[in-house]
Amino acid sequence: MKSKSIAIVGAAETTKLGVIPDMSEIMLHADAALNALADAGLKPSDIDGVATAGLWPTDLAYYLGITPTWADGTLVGGCSFMLHVRHAAAAINEGLCNTVLITHGESGRSRIGAAGFPGGGRQSLLAQFEQPYGIMGPTTMFTIPALRYLKKYNVHLDKLANVAVVQREWAAKNPRATNRELITLKDVYESRMIAWPFTKLMCCLVTDGGGALILTTAERAKDMPQKPVYIVGTGESVETPLVSQMEDFTTSKAFRVSGKKAFEEAGITHADVDHLMIYDAFAHLPIYGLEDLGFCQRGEGGDFIWERNTAPGGKLPVNTNGGGLSYMHSGMYGMYALQESVRQVRGTAAAQVPNVKLSIAHGVGGMFAASGTIIMSNEAP
Amino acid sequence: MSKQPKFSPAPTPETQHYWDGTKRGELLIQQCDACASYYFPPRPFCPKCASRKVSVKKSSGKAFLYSYVISHQLRAGQEPFAIAVVELEEGPRMMTNIIGCPQTPEALQLDMALEVTFEEWDENITLPKFKPAKS
Repeated sequence: MKSKSIAIVGAAETTKLGVIPDMSEIMLHADAALNALADAGLKPSDIDGVATAGLWPTDLAYYLGITPTWADGTLVGGCSFMLHVRHAAAAINEGLCNTVLITHGESGRSRIGAAGFPGGGRQSLLAQFEQPYGIMGPTTMFTIPALRYLKKYNVHLDKLANVAVVQREWAAKNPRATNRELITLKDVYESRMIAWPFTKLMCCLVTDGGGALILTTAERAKDMPQKPVYIVGTGESVETPLVSQMEDFTTSKAFRVSGKKAFEEAGITHADVDHLMIYDAFAHLPIYGLEDLGFCQRGEGGDFIWERNTAPGGKLPVNTNGGGLSYMHSGMYGMYALQESVRQVRGTAAAQVPNVKLSIAHGVGGMFAASGTIIMSNEAP
Repeated sequence: MSKQPKFSPAPTPETQHYWDGTKRGELLIQQCDACASYYFPPRPFCPKCASRKVSVKKSSGKAFLYSYVISHQLRAGQEPFAIAVVELEEGPRMMTNIIGCPQTPEALQLDMALEVTFEEWDENITLPKFKPAKS
């Protein structure tokens, strides 16, 4: 994309986060959309492009009374919304539409009107080559690569458990975070075993919520009520739907490809980055993310977090909402990483990092199956 | 591991030979005639070079333990068990269970030598599993 040609002019989460039994999944989309429209000072009739994942864009457009000239239903898991931002930027630049609404809503905990995970049934690759071995969702798939990583780089398990401890420090500063009490390594180890070596506190939450973004041209953004958040670089990639078939269990190819593309588009260096969100479905994700995005050398991501570089007061604040481990995780968390990046760049986050000019929201989809990276800036073109 | 619930994978035209093989007690992988790469899971072309000239080969069944978790996400009556990925001698990796040894971190060491064994799932499907290799 053309750097800084597009801006985020509206951003909001659902009014409530956590346990929302009084809203169906489609209403979580709508609640977030209405909040984002209000944030941008727009009405549904001002929207001419829609993108969403899980829910079909048809359902979203119909429910909100939108008649779009562009629709995108890309669904690659939790980072789908990063891809939507990228696709929307390209669509607006191509003149396919002017103002795009991207929504997420997921009744991950209450399961009210929930779409569930798509799959290919008994003949899918997953059903034939992974499911018979006793997998029970992401907790028993996404976690499998970690042991190889720990062995290859001789990393102590404490470095993995510590990710949850540090992120809880950020969550403690966020009134909307689901879990806010500070925790210790001992708490992490003593929480229920889920899939050794992962205990419950090393796994993401399962909650209800949603979020929405509104994008338009940087030119038009100048006249909008919110301080524009410019898109300066974008990336995406996919690798494999089967975690067992990842090329290398110690690094994500999708992360590397997506991150490199976004950095190249933005024309920035790592030193330029003030704030970083790395989708943390499980405690090893921020470590892989730091290394695959090039912030750390191989095997050093855990030390980087241990040395408090990503903690409050650190030189590279990471997952400042508390992350999927402590803030919320509806199932497709990427939207909340984007929302926190927008808040940090606007200067409105609950745990605001001083002087954030450049933020990266890096997402994962499936079990290292897909990735999307969005780099945002508050500096006008 | 304990008895699994009634879920049964179903072969497709591209994977039928593989499931026929496991039923006979053979682990079949594929090799590209053009570039010699071994690959898995089965498909009638090479994922490296896209050649449709590929052959079905019987794996030696020798492998090493690449990575795993011990699942505590259990169905009724199950005890914690390892969900593993092994790397075959020929190169491809596959998900499996490690049987014939305790399901503990102490017994399950990465890089340990394994060999294939077969476990009937139901009347249609036999699964390849792995056990510690006889040294």
